Amino acid sequence: MSAKIETLETQKDSSMLMQKEMINSNYDLLTDTANNGKKVCSTFVPGNLNELIQSFGMLNNLPETNAIQNAMRQQSGDMIQTAERMGHSEDVCTYVKADIGMMSKGNIAPNGKPMPNPDLLLLSYTGCFTFMKWFELLRQEYKCETVMLQVPYQGDGEITQNMRDFVVKQLKEEVIPALERVSGNKFDIDKLRENMRRSAKAEDDLVWVLESAKNKPSPIDAYFGAIYYLGPIFTAFRGTQQAVDYYKVLRQEIEQRIKNGQGPITPGGSMGKEKYRIVMEGPPNWTNFREFWKMFYDEGAVVVASTYTKVGGVYDQGFRHDADNPLESLADYCLGCYTNRNLPKRVDMLEKYMNDYEADGLLINSIKSCNSFSAGQLMMMQEIEKRTGKPGAFVETDLVDPRYFSAANVKNRLESYFQMIEQRRQGNMIASAR
Amino acid sequence: MKCFIGIDLGSTTTKAVVMDDTGAPLGHGITNSRSNYDTAALVAKTEALISARLVLLRQSLDKSSTLTMSTDNVLYMLERHFRLAQFLVQLDNLKRLCGEKAATGNYKEAPETLNTALEGTFAALKIELSKLFEPGAVRKSDFFRDLAGTVYMEVAEDQAAKQDIKSDTLINIYDKSIIEVENIPPAVDMSETFLIALNSALAAEEIKTEDFGKVKETLTQVLAIELEETYVVGTGYGRARLPFPKDHIRSEILCHGLGAHLMYPKTRTVLDIGGQDTKGIQVDEHGIVVNFQMNDRCAAGCGRYLGYIADEMQLGLHELGPLAMKSTKKVSINSTCTVFAGAELRDRLSLGEKREDIIAGLHRAIILRSMSILSRSGGVDNELTFTGGVAKNEAAVKELRLLVQENYGDVTINIDPDSIYTGALGAAEFARRAVEA
Repeated sequence: MSAKIETLETQKDSSMLMQKEMINSNYDLLTDTANNGKKVCSTFVPGNLNELIQSFGMLNNLPETNAIQNAMRQQSGDMIQTAERMGHSEDVCTYVKADIGMMSKGNIAPNGKPMPNPDLLLLSYTGCFTFMKWFELLRQEYKCETVMLQVPYQGDGEITQNMRDFVVKQLKEEVIPALERVSGNKFDIDKLRENMRRSAKAEDDLVWVLESAKNKPSPIDAYFGAIYYLGPIFTAFRGTQQAVDYYKVLRQEIEQRIKNGQGPITPGGSMGKEKYRIVMEGPPNWTNFREFWKMFYDEGAVVVASTYTKVGGVYDQGFRHDADNPLESLADYCLGCYTNRNLPKRVDMLEKYMNDYEADGLLINSIKSCNSFSAGQLMMMQEIEKRTGKPGAFVETDLVDPRYFSAANVKNRLESYFQMIEQRRQGNMIASAR
Repeated sequence: MKCFIGIDLGSTTTKAVVMDDTGAPLGHGITNSRSNYDTAALVAKTEALISARLVLLRQSLDKSSTLTMSTDNVLYMLERHFRLAQFLVQLDNLKRLCGEKAATGNYKEAPETLNTALEGTFAALKIELSKLFEPGAVRKSDFFRDLAGTVYMEVAEDQAAKQDIKSDTLINIYDKSIIEVENIPPAVDMSETFLIALNSALAAEEIKTEDFGKVKETLTQVLAIELEETYVVGTGYGRARLPFPKDHIRSEILCHGLGAHLMYPKTRTVLDIGGQDTKGIQVDEHGIVVNFQMNDRCAAGCGRYLGYIADEMQLGLHELGPLAMKSTKKVSINSTCTVFAGAELRDRLSLGEKREDIIAGLHRAIILRSMSILSRSGGVDNELTFTGGVAKNEAAVKELRLLVQENYGDVTINIDPDSIYTGALGAAEFARRAVEA
């Protein structure tokens, strides 16, 4: 028995270690451009064109991921206050302020070395208006080439051919020429296709992993735990062989957990009895990530599906990078971002999660400084309650500003919510026994 | 007899309710939460048990109606003397601790001088404070700290003048000692105190000898009933501090929902405005919570806001409501941010607005904010029950009635004079169900 557990622990470690090494290796490449001569493209996770960027031999730097890394290392608070001292308002997106604060503090990467200045600012998703303003600020600072790919909002809940054509046109006329100019390399569609083929492979395995939460007990936590699983595909590795390998290993580990009837692995060890199955809407809080997670696993609550894990692609809704139609597929990827979906589409997606994953309720983590996510969330919650008859609840935190995480308040709400689910369950049992 | 106890550790006050095995509440107790939740929980529980004893005594006396005085009068008399006896124990503790501080030599005044001043202070204190327990006397608070503090400040000033020392020193000694006094756990056995109280009533000629014997007999019987703490459930902000296993702790939202349901079974919506939280709760026909919303990490517009405003205006918290009721003009206050409201208040005063109109505006601002929380939780359905410390404030209640009428039409609004115990009541019922169900 103990030997078995050991093997499992090692298996868990192998995907965790792989993930960690991958993320670190990208920071090492980024902070070594003086020697490796690589050009750097700053871009954002939603709608990122990693396959395309890498087909030009460029590196990918993601400012919001840096903010997350800094928050998890308890450094974002200082950075945000630095940005506020420079005049940025308290109400501005805290990712932006963490990034600006990081710049003014020498732009030190998590590996302790200074980040290079970007050679290109490539905004490939304008669904978040703040992204545009953010890159305007960075352009002011770095005075480098900047491309903003305009992505129309799915106001009617679908991607039309017109929208697709509009994005493809911009890819051809603005994005690709800019990448050619900055990298000095010609566009090679075959390289792009190759990358996209590998993306689709990794995406298949990722979807399998996320959908494994349909099992009871769920072998994964599809919010807190899944953040780690998403690391590679959301950052610089989509389209690489490393990502393909990582998701293969991860899938094998999860398969083993299902076979053993095990629940998710948490920072507190293997989770105890699964008492509540929750669907989460909204990004996590990063400054108190583990504390927040603990409030769940201590109560036996596991997240079985979440929308945040789809901000880097709604693969479980059927999207795959398509090597046969590379530019159209990239356009669909940008247009299909989770926050680019209109509210009815988001509600439909949540409802499907509630049903497909047999969840006990919907929990919304509403982010103070992220309107892309937060606007309309209460309406969404009420609609889900109406459609599914399952209870919803609301907690309010922030992305990377530690001042907006009140542990007592959040814990109070979460415990109330879980106890409410339990009480209603008992109430239903009594009612059905009558 | 089996007793089920619910304890609600709030940020401002700690409440306890004792319930019997039929689900009938027997007694309740309250104390300030101080910085020590353990003692606060113990004090509130002891107080609830005291009030349970008095209820049991009332029941027994009602059965044997051979007294010349009414049961009401017996209880009123006994409770006054009981509170006085209890109060004098705390006053003795305070005196002892103040004496110890004075003797340390940490003050520039000589210990002897300080001691003389303290002797004089406490002699006067005892006389002044005993008056608060005379028949017909009204006490502004039930907490020792509040009652002793006010009088101490006045008396100490006189004594300091007499000894030609600074009254600040005496006040400093008091401040250091009162915290310790509050943290001395109460005596668990109160039987003796009850008997002392009855004797003291006899000595004060408040009860006839013939009644005394009968009351003493009934009281002794009631005191002999063992109040067994069968199950205790804790709730409120300090819940995690209670020395209970996890399954003895319930969320205050669930407790408030169930408590309101027990008080008013037709309630479907509960508004609770406490010291640092405002909650809108929806419950079903069994008192089970179906939805809730509360303020986020900022406690703007909660009970503390009123406390802060009272301090700003140098008023007692209990004076705010009555003052606001005198308002004749609507002044709107935009901010429920505690700090901004202070600024807005001074600004309005400088513009010549009347205090009562401004205070009424502040009450409206609080209720407006809670209306938004209520609507986010699903609006007001059928009966609305208003609970928490702020429900005791008549001006807040008035604004709530107006705004509920405006937004939801004719809705019954329930406010129980004991609404502050709603959470503890729900917790006691959870305790009972844990054993009886």
